[in-house]
Amino acid sequence: MLSLIAKRLGIGLITVLAVSIIIFLGTKILPGDAAELRLGQSASAENLAVLRERLGLDKPYWQQYLSWLVNFVQGDMGNSLSGDTPISGLIADRYQNTLIVSGLTALIGVPISVALGVMAAMFPGSTYDRVLTFTSVTLVAAPEFFTATLLVLFFVLFLGMGSTIVSGSTDGMGLFELIQHFALPITTLCFVIASQLIRMSRAAVLNVMASPYIEMAILKGIPRRRIILRHALLNAIGPIVNVIALNLAYLITGVIVVEIYFSYQGLATLIVQGVQTRDFVLVQSLGMIFCATYVVIMLIADIAAILANPRQRHPK
Amino acid sequence: MMDDIVFQAKNLQIHAMRDDGSELPIVKGVDFKVHRGEVVALIGESGSGKTTISLSALGYCKPGLKFAGGQAELLGQDLTNMTTDALRPLRGQRVAYLAQSAAATFNPALKINEQVTEAPVIHGTKTQNDANLRALELYRALELPNADTIGDRYPHQVSGGQLQRLMAAMALCGDPDLLVLDEPTTALDVTTQIEVLKAFKKVIRDEGAAAIYVTHDLALVAQIADYIVVLYNGEIKEKGPTDVIINNPQHPYTKRLIAASRLEPQTQHSAQEQPAEIEPPALTTTQIDAGYGPTKDGRPLVQILHDVDLSVQRGQTVGVIGESGSGKSTLARVVAGLLPPASGSVVLADETLPPALAQRNRDQLRRIQFVYQMADTALNPRQRIRDILGRPLEFYTGVSGREKKDKIDELLEMVDLPKSFAGRYPHELSGGQKQRVNLARALAASPDVILCDEVTSALDSIVGANVIALLKDLRERTGIASVFISHDLSTVASYAEHLVVLYAGRVVESGLTHQVLSNPQHPYTRLLIASVPEMRIGWLEDAAKARITPTGTSDNKFSTASGCPFMPRCPMVIDNVCSRVTPPRRQANPGSNHGFACHHDVNALAVETVSPESHQI
Repeated sequence: MLSLIAKRLGIGLITVLAVSIIIFLGTKILPGDAAELRLGQSASAENLAVLRERLGLDKPYWQQYLSWLVNFVQGDMGNSLSGDTPISGLIADRYQNTLIVSGLTALIGVPISVALGVMAAMFPGSTYDRVLTFTSVTLVAAPEFFTATLLVLFFVLFLGMGSTIVSGSTDGMGLFELIQHFALPITTLCFVIASQLIRMSRAAVLNVMASPYIEMAILKGIPRRRIILRHALLNAIGPIVNVIALNLAYLITGVIVVEIYFSYQGLATLIVQGVQTRDFVLVQSLGMIFCATYVVIMLIADIAAILANPRQRHPK
Repeated sequence: MMDDIVFQAKNLQIHAMRDDGSELPIVKGVDFKVHRGEVVALIGESGSGKTTISLSALGYCKPGLKFAGGQAELLGQDLTNMTTDALRPLRGQRVAYLAQSAAATFNPALKINEQVTEAPVIHGTKTQNDANLRALELYRALELPNADTIGDRYPHQVSGGQLQRLMAAMALCGDPDLLVLDEPTTALDVTTQIEVLKAFKKVIRDEGAAAIYVTHDLALVAQIADYIVVLYNGEIKEKGPTDVIINNPQHPYTKRLIAASRLEPQTQHSAQEQPAEIEPPALTTTQIDAGYGPTKDGRPLVQILHDVDLSVQRGQTVGVIGESGSGKSTLARVVAGLLPPASGSVVLADETLPPALAQRNRDQLRRIQFVYQMADTALNPRQRIRDILGRPLEFYTGVSGREKKDKIDELLEMVDLPKSFAGRYPHELSGGQKQRVNLARALAASPDVILCDEVTSALDSIVGANVIALLKDLRERTGIASVFISHDLSTVASYAEHLVVLYAGRVVESGLTHQVLSNPQHPYTRLLIASVPEMRIGWLEDAAKARITPTGTSDNKFSTASGCPFMPRCPMVIDNVCSRVTPPRRQANPGSNHGFACHHDVNALAVETVSPESHQI
């Protein structure tokens, strides 16, 4: 089992390295290098040469790549092209907001959704199941800004609670204050991930429920609750964990609409800014961070699935 | 005694609900009784409703079915109109179920002991401790190895035969009044089947339980049942005490069933074909070594096949027989190119084939075709039969349009299916029809050799016998050579002129079928032949008595680089020789190609001959 986990770790590391090469080469393919972008099109050839030497852009690609990678691993992501400020500082501010929103969404959304999905699988075809399935299909179809608008209409305009814009510092806030602060973005995101999680965990459990060993449990006179919780759920953990992981990764990287809608500063808006200002040093760094986050989350999901499977936990 | 009825079906009717709301009768008014201490067999082919009827004893209908009339009474209580909650205390407690495949019936995520003891503990009739003690007692009674610790394992950590016995323990742990056994030994090898059957029979007798035994195998029924109910298409065709049904069947269907399970060995055919041996064999494999995993020094990590030779003439069949794990399918994969061998060669008529599939050219691919065991999974469920057959036709022969359509009609005709089937989907066909389509697909390439991997194993005896008849006919008409892989000796014997017996990846005996069967030399071949159930009452007891070799479990089967793999089970081991030296190949008769691999010669083996009298297959 340990070798299996080590193998996963190795594959994760290779993935990150491969992506780093792609990201690095990607920025090299684009016309214009960092020196040109900084000095503008009217810069003289001498000035460009000096700046290139200072930035190390005159060295071969592989040397540039290695020094970039080594610096990145050490936390030095260089300076932003547009503002000449350290990128690590730019990201640190935003990362906190993103982490708080994603973390809280996961904390609240994941257990509720999985529980709802498993309950739907306990009574397939019941009114509860149909209402839940219908609602979650509707939510999958609805884009985030639409869900967000509905929430704002209901809570802010109709009930008069909270505000449409999330602003102000979060320093020193406790868990409940944070939840309150980010209430609407978190609720919106919960709806988005819930729809998928409910459907997938329902499907995963129902899939297991069709197995012969579940029929055997029924024929042994085991109560339905125990069949689901003891017999089915253990076997459905693998697929469910994978869906959770995909959703968590989405929360870190794909929440741009929600960030913009509620006007708070997160990582997703930062990468858009980077693209708009052609600040590819910033885009490079964010790309690496997103990739690493994805890989780590998937790694955790893989390891959890390995641990949940007795065939892999206890080989013959 | 008459009052001691454990289960009774009274005019029992079960219907299937169709999508359009109409109902299709599946079980059409069935009556039978099960007394205490009695084993009643329900026998019939798939679709006869035998499993459906047996499940009514648990008040259970598979999804899509419902009770439509009559009663299913367990201990005088009608189950057909009870709610699930009312049934729950009876299930696992008064009546217990043993399914066909223990591997699928055990939850892979839970330890064995929890599953075995679950029912009585949940029903509150035993404490966990009592249930554990009872389970241990049953493990011992069922002769399971390491009875003290086997319960702590997960299902994937024990062998198939052990799991099947553990399922019996699971059923018996709650001391039920009635056992329902649904084909409980069908998935096992013959040598293992005897052991499991013996254990079942002993436990049923000792516990004084009543049982409903569902099977398609009449020879098995003769061993275990007191009373037989013959089912066809949801109706009882004949019922009566076992000896009456076996020895004096009245209904034509029962007679057909009995005939189908008495397949005659292939003898005269081969004798006529002898001169044909002058022309080169259609397919030869020489000294094949193959296995899985990374190779080191030219050896795969897990070597399955050792030094396997095989050859088959045009228009003939070589049967490859062995237990599961003996390397039969691996051999077929090597021939087909799916698994390149570590060493050895595959020769097709006069041309040596490249080892790997990717290196073979289209014509070489065309000349060898594979027929898979499970037509259900081998046929794409979303393609019509015409597309399934059309693809290989186009690919290998380049026909299209009108010509292709004619070829498809011709293929369907070859396998005795109506032309109109071309427009159907696989799920609209029965199991036997699907297997015919599967065969037609292989024939579409007009191959020289077909590899049939357990093609009749998933079929009922009568349907299987029909497929064999079709194969024989095709062989006559097209001169195709076939490699027929099976674990079922009687099926192989009825079709193949040559026999190759594999054990742990080595050929232990080979030769003309009738020679091998009438004069088996290798102790394993003898065990195998002696394990095939005969349709006579008392055979199980005789066979068990005559057995000198220990149980065939995968625990004592191993694959060695040198020495004899059968050594751990062999009754005539020579110390310090069999474990170290690979047995030499010997001839059974001078001048014949009947050979075997053993350290003993013919004369030494003759002394040890086991119950030689009548091992007719």
